[in-house]
Amino acid sequence: MESLSLTSIGLGLIIIGVGIGIGRTAGSAMEAMGRQPEISSKIQTAMIIAAALIEGVALFAIVVAMMKG
Amino acid sequence: MRQILQVFLFSLVLSVCQYTLAEDSSNKHEKEFDPLEMISHHISDSHDWHIISYTNKADEHVNISMPLPVILLHNGKLHFFMSSEFEHGNAIVQKGDAYFKLYHNKIYLTNANGDLEFDAENHPKNEHPFDLSITRNVGSMWLSVILILFLFISAAKKYKGEPQTPKGLQSIIEPLVLFVRDDIALSQIDKHKIDKFLPYLLTVFFFIWINNLIGLIPIFPGGSNLTGNISVTMLLALITLFITNVNGNKGYWKHIFWMPGIPVPIRAFLAIIEFIGIFTKPFALMIRLMANITAGHIIILSLFSLIFVLKSVVIAPVSILMGLMMFMLELLVAALQAYIFTLLSALFIGMAVQEDEH
Amino acid sequence: MGLLTPDPGLVIWTFFTFLLVLFILKKYAWKPILHAVKVREETIQFSLEAAAKAKKEVEKLEQTKTEMINEAKAERDVLIKEAREIKQGILEEAKSKAQEEANKILENARVLIEREKNEAVQDLKSKVAALSVDIAGKLLEQELETTDKQKAIIDSALKEVNFN
Repeated sequence: MESLSLTSIGLGLIIIGVGIGIGRTAGSAMEAMGRQPEISSKIQTAMIIAAALIEGVALFAIVVAMMKG
Repeated sequence: MRQILQVFLFSLVLSVCQYTLAEDSSNKHEKEFDPLEMISHHISDSHDWHIISYTNKADEHVNISMPLPVILLHNGKLHFFMSSEFEHGNAIVQKGDAYFKLYHNKIYLTNANGDLEFDAENHPKNEHPFDLSITRNVGSMWLSVILILFLFISAAKKYKGEPQTPKGLQSIIEPLVLFVRDDIALSQIDKHKIDKFLPYLLTVFFFIWINNLIGLIPIFPGGSNLTGNISVTMLLALITLFITNVNGNKGYWKHIFWMPGIPVPIRAFLAIIEFIGIFTKPFALMIRLMANITAGHIIILSLFSLIFVLKSVVIAPVSILMGLMMFMLELLVAALQAYIFTLLSALFIGMAVQEDEH
Repeated sequence: MGLLTPDPGLVIWTFFTFLLVLFILKKYAWKPILHAVKVREETIQFSLEAAAKAKKEVEKLEQTKTEMINEAKAERDVLIKEAREIKQGILEEAKSKAQEEANKILENARVLIEREKNEAVQDLKSKVAALSVDIAGKLLEQELETTDKQKAIIDSALKEVNFN
């Protein structure tokens, strides 16, 4: 039970981190799109790649947490 | 091609006709609903294709499912039988001198009595035979493959002759194909190298997307969790890894093992990181797809489990509404994950084949 | 974790299925579709280029036409101007010629008149001479009874007569 709760806390921390990370990425991308709407498709691709890479790290952490727990 | 398709369809129909009304009359009448078990049963692979189960008037639990062929390799011998012989884990199947028992969708080697030894975490310690069965995921995959082949080959047939405006099926397929070509492949890979990788990118995009969509269909013959299964995503990621590194040019390897323009000690350090990076990139691909799709399935199933956990009809509208929202989101995720998988594959391949600028 | 353990059977089936799909689609779907789309794009590109070329050609033709029209107009103006000049010249010449002719005629007339006059004067002279002789004869018939008187008259007469 104890290990399970630690896992849960770990997962929660991961999600906070990823939420901040992807949120900032998306926010900045939106701002950039607002400034330069003509290249918004390029910005979108870059945003998705960046978000996917952040998510990848997070998923890695989640897998480790689940394996340990 | 048409004939091959017909044979495929015919064999599928034949196997569907082999429905067995496997009536396992369980004695536990008011069986407590266990959402975890239900969910884990849904998201993992299984040896029969569940269609519907209900409790009949005689208070018997009726479980209608399509049995699937089981292929086991044990001690160098192939065993071939239908999964209905397991009777949903209640019966022990004897083939030669080997006994097989189905427990939580896994086949174990047992003794004649079908005893399983459990470890501290309640997992059976018995050995597995090498399982090559046509499981629900394999069946679902074949179904999607038939659908994909039918869609794209029939669309491709219309392209014969003079160039003309797309009609019917073409007008759905073509923008998607062009989307993959222009927005995914062309944006990441050099223009003159694209032809080599485009078939893989297109295939993987539509394979993942259509399987994601089939996985969202809650009833037979959907309801499998193919793209949420790590075996499938691992294989797709391995293919990307293989294509990336086989086609990697001199510049690619140089950037990994001897990054130019950086002090030597850091170069050695970077080489280690970059070398690990070769494997973590496809690893992230594998985990991302699997986790996203599985998470979606778990959330939807949990929402509907609420009705049965709380044993209240009042909660049903809430569950259904939220479930509907999740389904909408999952439709987006189905396309998005296919897009991301393909885009990142294209990105890795593009990085591996790009011309050295230094 | 059961979720994270790959199942070798499924991996093998996926491998063969995916490769089969990849090869079938590559041969029977992607190749024809991509080829047809490429051909179509090239056709469209070519048509657009041809249209642009044709448009340019038309514009060029238009320009040539305008140029030609302008040239023709200029030429016409020049021609008209020249014609006017020629007309003016002809008129001028005709006028001057007429003037000349008139002058000539006048001159001739004058010369003729002079000549006539001279002739008339000559004639008159001779006539006057004859008349004078006549008169003189008559006078002589009457007066020439005396020689002295005759002489005195002739002298006075000769003195009086002034030619011109």
